[in-house]
Amino acid sequence: MAQVSSIADEQISTPVSSSKSITLRIARYNPEHDDSSMFMEFTVPCEKWTTVLEAILEVKKYFDHSVAVRYSCRQATCGSCGMIINGKPRLACFTKISELNSDVVTVEPMNNFPIIRDLAVKFERLFDTHQKIKPYLIRDDTEIESDEKEFLQSPKEVEQYIQFANCIKCGLCNSACPTMATDSSFVGPQALAQAYRYVADSRDKGKDSRLKIIDESHGIWRCHFAGSCSQVCPKGVDPAMGIQLLRGYLLGFRS
Amino acid sequence: MTQDEHKEGIGGMFNPTRYGIERVAYWLMRLSGLGLLAYFIAHIYETSNILRGQVGWDEMMQMTQTLEGHIILAIVIGMCVFHTVNGVRVMLGYGGIGVGKPARPDYPYEPASQNYRHKIGIYSSIVLAAAAMMYGLAVMFGE
Repeated sequence: MAQVSSIADEQISTPVSSSKSITLRIARYNPEHDDSSMFMEFTVPCEKWTTVLEAILEVKKYFDHSVAVRYSCRQATCGSCGMIINGKPRLACFTKISELNSDVVTVEPMNNFPIIRDLAVKFERLFDTHQKIKPYLIRDDTEIESDEKEFLQSPKEVEQYIQFANCIKCGLCNSACPTMATDSSFVGPQALAQAYRYVADSRDKGKDSRLKIIDESHGIWRCHFAGSCSQVCPKGVDPAMGIQLLRGYLLGFRS
Repeated sequence: MTQDEHKEGIGGMFNPTRYGIERVAYWLMRLSGLGLLAYFIAHIYETSNILRGQVGWDEMMQMTQTLEGHIILAIVIGMCVFHTVNGVRVMLGYGGIGVGKPARPDYPYEPASQNYRHKIGIYSSIVLAAAAMMYGLAVMFGE
């Protein structure tokens, strides 16, 4: 009991940390009645563990509750809070202000996505292209009917695709992609990496139909291996690798 | 490019400052490709001057012997070497060669496809292009 008391005393007497303030610049834009976006600046306190999302929520709570931002899990799992932070696509909940090394943090909506309002963007096209590549196992039988009850895989077979199964559909890769910057019809790195995820799955039998979907003029051939998608992925999916391996199937390097 | 789509556009596509040397290589590859296409068209025009006879041909050759002509040719040499060497790297990557193997990712999630082999390929392309340009300039201005 005495020990607990001394720890409590120490916590009271020790300052939690030296709090500092940063300037948070938030892009404001409402397509319904604004011609262009403008920035609003807020001075918000931050600790070394404060994330960009927490700073935005601080602004909503104490300065301007009308700032539109999409978020949910706060732990880089739901993929909702993707935005451009100091020029690069990042997850707001996964980016600590202290690691940006700047007293000014600028947040903008993700590029290559239509803006709903302020920092919230539309994900329809991302989900459409994701759905287009048939993101599920294709085979005639099911695990329910199979005698073995489940489709067994060796650890080596799992390694072939598990990295790409980490995709949380946050859209950061599509935002960073230089082809997406100009081509509205491009399938995009997210969907292409997911196509590889299922093609590489030993349980899947839909390789030919998927390769046919992506083998088109605005499909996989529009990727020029700039690799920006992989650099911004917050889950280590490495879409650039998946796309090149997928292209290997089409070029006959893989079977 | 409407505000509705919120596309980054050409400016965003060519911005080489945010995503490392791979994005710079992408930018240089596209630029050198367009430059070589322009040179190819100009080269057809240049060589077609032979139809104007000896005088027309000599006039055209005279244009390439100027300071501007030498600089343009040096840039063409650089574009040609970079596009060739980096093109080999990109083609190997297109086949899935040298892009790493899929594996369970560990934080901080360094992308395996952006590995040292590709970085060496990019830097080699730039160094070889610069060396070829310098050699070209030395030959042209050394005459």
